[in-house]
Amino acid sequence: MIQLESLTFAYGEASPIFAGFDWRAGHGESWAVLGPSGCGKTTLLYLLAGLQFPTAGRVLVDGQPLLRPRPHTGLILQEYGLLPWATVRENAMLGLRVRNFYGPDGKHAPNDFQPSTQVDPWLERLGLGEQRHKYPGQVSGGQRQRTAIARTLALNPDLLLMDEPFSSLDAPTRADLQKLMLELWAEQGLTMVIVTHAIEEAAVLGRKILLLGDPPNTRPLVIDNPASAYPGFRDTPAYLALVKDLRGHLEAR
Amino acid sequence: MRRRDLLLAVLAVLVLWQGAAWLVQRPILPAPGRVGLAFIQELGGDLLGHFLASLWRVLSSTFLAIALAAPAGLILGQSKSMSKLFSPLIYLLYPIPKVVFLPILLLFFGIGDLTKIAIIFLILFFQILVLVRDQAAAIRPELIQSVRSLGAGRRALFRFVYLPASLPAILTALRQSVGTAVAVLYIAELFATQKGLGYYIYLNGTTLFNYPAMYAGIVAMSLMGLGLYFAVDGLERWLCPWQG
Repeated sequence: MIQLESLTFAYGEASPIFAGFDWRAGHGESWAVLGPSGCGKTTLLYLLAGLQFPTAGRVLVDGQPLLRPRPHTGLILQEYGLLPWATVRENAMLGLRVRNFYGPDGKHAPNDFQPSTQVDPWLERLGLGEQRHKYPGQVSGGQRQRTAIARTLALNPDLLLMDEPFSSLDAPTRADLQKLMLELWAEQGLTMVIVTHAIEEAAVLGRKILLLGDPPNTRPLVIDNPASAYPGFRDTPAYLALVKDLRGHLEAR
Repeated sequence: MRRRDLLLAVLAVLVLWQGAAWLVQRPILPAPGRVGLAFIQELGGDLLGHFLASLWRVLSSTFLAIALAAPAGLILGQSKSMSKLFSPLIYLLYPIPKVVFLPILLLFFGIGDLTKIAIIFLILFFQILVLVRDQAAAIRPELIQSVRSLGAGRRALFRFVYLPASLPAILTALRQSVGTAVAVLYIAELFATQKGLGYYIYLNGTTLFNYPAMYAGIVAMSLMGLGLYFAVDGLERWLCPWQG
């Protein structure tokens, strides 16, 4: 699904964040990208989203080099990215309205896109039915993030990118949304990449964990985490061992 | 504001006015009842025509200012290089009290409607330009990135982000400047015109010495200012309900 080929990226004249970096992620996999602040996690996500472009090397998604944001990729950010002047329902419809605006041109919307503004099933699925006519300023942080998720999933993505999506939420809401994301990932057959600085979150959401360190990142360090598929993983000794292992890796890098 | 409070305020103004009229006891301050009567009589005469002439000048200049200043503000707010290029000019021109341009506009555009429209336009233009520019520049980059990730290019960003984001700024600018605009219109209408409330008030006060009619003109001008202010308020509630 995702291929980074000798990726090099630097902001302007600054020293590179990635230098000759290779990485692959398969269809339907769930990846967590973990690393300290400034390691290039968010940059990696923006490169995958087609919002930043490599200085050298290539980013391929579904076999195609990225030249612009790809219609089948969804992006969810920490700050929700909701329009304050639109209701929860209107925000959830935004992606579809953008597609309707351009029509199925293969650039802004997929070639097979059928005009639609149907988001109510997603609002119901995400527990936002009663909030649909409220503005973002009138609902909780968790509900705002659910709105952003509904907006993205309404576009039927095959790749979901998330940048610290739950870090500004309280612990119970965060755990709730992590569980929801795992359900949606399994339901929708998504490929998921979540960027986080929280070891616990990476351990819960990532079947595979990509560790980044201080730049420049030259080689990926990947930790397999198949056990996270099992319910109650968070309460097992395997989870605690993984968290300890990840912490050790982060400190070493 | 509650309707009852507003009515009470109107009542308080009328009571104060009536009290002052009793105290002064001179034709230059007629009682509100007398002015009310003159207002109704004059509406059947010339007053309505003058009122409509003034209203036309305010509304046309407002639409013109929004039509030109809002897109210009959006462009400056979106483009750092354009903003850098024009900022010094705006910085220089924005604080100048535009009313001082009135004699120049009179020389260039003559005594017709155009001068009056142009002076109000100048006042509103800079206010809207600066507020819309600042509003567009203040849109968080995360918001832009997330809407871009939904497939939005420049046109869709304009339609779904920049345009609605600039609405509150336009309305705030109008709210701040509509009073000044009406005041400047009054001054503009003192010069070389025979239509408009400014002319009507001046004529009745200084030539015809018809003080109740002069006050009726002042009431009409006040009602126009108030009406415009309330209209902006109503538009804000209608177009920007999320701000409530």
